[in-house]
Amino acid sequence: MSATVETIEAMERPPVTMSSRLDGELLEVSMGPQHPSTHGVFRMNVALEGEIVRKLKPVFGYLHRNHEQIGENTTYLGSMPYTDRLDYFCSMTNNWAYALSVEKLAGIEVPERAEYLRVILAELTRLQNHASLLGFLLSDMGAWGTPLMYAFREREKILDLFESLSGSRMMCDYMRFGGCRADADDAWLARAKQIVDRFPKFLDEFEALILQNEIVIARTQNVGKLSPELAISSGITGPMLRACGVNYDIRKVDGYGIYPRFKFRVPLGDHGDTYDRLMMRALEMRESVEILKQALPQIPAGPIVNPKVKLRAFRPPVGEAYGRIEAPKGELGFYLISDGGPNPYRYRVRPPSFINLTILEDMCLGHVVADVMVILGSIDIVMGEVDR
Amino acid sequence: MESLEQIKNRAELAVRGAKIGIVINPGPSQQSTLLIDNEHAVAVATFLRDHPALSFDFCSNATGVDWLDRVVKKTTKVKQIVDGVEKEVDQTTEEKVPGYLEAVYHLYSMKLKHGPLIIRMRTANRTDDVRLRSLTPVWRSAELQEREIFDLYGIHFDGHPDLRRILMWDEFKDHPMRKDYEQPDDFEWEPTPHDEVLERAKEHYAPRPQLDGGENITSHSDVATKGR
Repeated sequence: MSATVETIEAMERPPVTMSSRLDGELLEVSMGPQHPSTHGVFRMNVALEGEIVRKLKPVFGYLHRNHEQIGENTTYLGSMPYTDRLDYFCSMTNNWAYALSVEKLAGIEVPERAEYLRVILAELTRLQNHASLLGFLLSDMGAWGTPLMYAFREREKILDLFESLSGSRMMCDYMRFGGCRADADDAWLARAKQIVDRFPKFLDEFEALILQNEIVIARTQNVGKLSPELAISSGITGPMLRACGVNYDIRKVDGYGIYPRFKFRVPLGDHGDTYDRLMMRALEMRESVEILKQALPQIPAGPIVNPKVKLRAFRPPVGEAYGRIEAPKGELGFYLISDGGPNPYRYRVRPPSFINLTILEDMCLGHVVADVMVILGSIDIVMGEVDR
Repeated sequence: MESLEQIKNRAELAVRGAKIGIVINPGPSQQSTLLIDNEHAVAVATFLRDHPALSFDFCSNATGVDWLDRVVKKTTKVKQIVDGVEKEVDQTTEEKVPGYLEAVYHLYSMKLKHGPLIIRMRTANRTDDVRLRSLTPVWRSAELQEREIFDLYGIHFDGHPDLRRILMWDEFKDHPMRKDYEQPDDFEWEPTPHDEVLERAKEHYAPRPQLDGGENITSHSDVATKGR
């Protein structure tokens, strides 16, 4: 037996790449549903030419439990705790979107203090959602564990605040039609202020750690580019839309709640690539801190719930309403039709992360498989909301 | 934003033959709707998107609604001669209003930052004529949402690039968001069935007098066989 000895020339030849070896031949791979970087039970059927993605079809429904039908079979108030389970990272904003829609449907006013509490909790939610998203994204890129734990350390402080206010860390079930469920005392507000004051320090550290990192830049810049025209037509909302340079923030456009009272800027991206989407979260956290710094000292005393609203046997008048807010992941809307009964006749959730997945294929085409994970991670999806 | 009447008039002028109605929303939200006929839906939608004063470039939400067949009772006063004397008598007539499926779209303008404009389309009935024109060629954001409407409500969208089930599996037969949908009878054994579950359990399992003993079971089995 004679072993083949490789010549120097053979070793110096450029390596045979996958793409040239499988030229023209497509390999179909099913990515997910059980894969840590699909952020839950999400599947993509990918056709690969070598390592290059030529086709991508998302597959949904592994977590489908017909949330909308369950909402139609229960009372208006009964759906409130169930909205926590949509996007389980941001139960406070889910509550707010639902409460806002019902308030539009029934014409309910919200007292001043409750509006402030809502803004404070929504912005805290945005802080912890964006922080953990950055951690997860770095995890997807191979920075296993450490950045995620830094983010989770901050998130945990905010979740502790939620727990002491609502009794639950993630499933808060906090808002009610015409107000909030529990009042925040001065000690709670002082604690919140302390956490908000220290948050920029974490941001400085985190940005220094990741955003200048050579590997992060190489993995994200010019990856998954999205044009503003396509983004608008595909209904993309939230940080992902603003990363393309479209100035559309529902907090500014609709001015729901008491957002017009606060001074904050809307960060915009230039290129619409993954790096911009990543930066967008970091910049938005700074603006959320700004809003919190204004809202926490200003909060007035007073009732936290409108005394005219009857929660038991609540029956809004016949009609329909669509209410939407700027949730951390994008536009979260609820469309409700009332026939005058105790249950909604139609209960529809407009989930931002589901609709943001519309252009997943467009963003991934021509990139290598490893980039698919990064692009998917930068969309920021939660399957509880995508599949409902 | 212009009023619904103005938008309606503009669209009717621009798209020849379009029949547009206004559905009034009686609730306090003041969100009334334009009802668009199926034939000219794509033309009207394109007009709404492209007209510079409207430019509804962002279709936020697309969803379905199911309206069942209804019976409307009307009471009219009719003069009748009763026992030789003319009297006014109430007469009730029943009119059957056929049901339909609806697709509702919430439009906003990112350019001019106004909205929402709500448009809706209706199918002819709920059974055999459930086709509507797809608005995905106008707004790409309707792509997944129309697939969802097709899946859960059973509206067929003509012109949709990839109309498949999305949340339910491909082999699934019915449309679970319809108001007359009945859940399949997939009974699961429970160690302590009670109330409704107990009744269903009786239907699912034959009585076992030799195991459970006693006349009690026989009387139970009577109930069970009656139910079958």
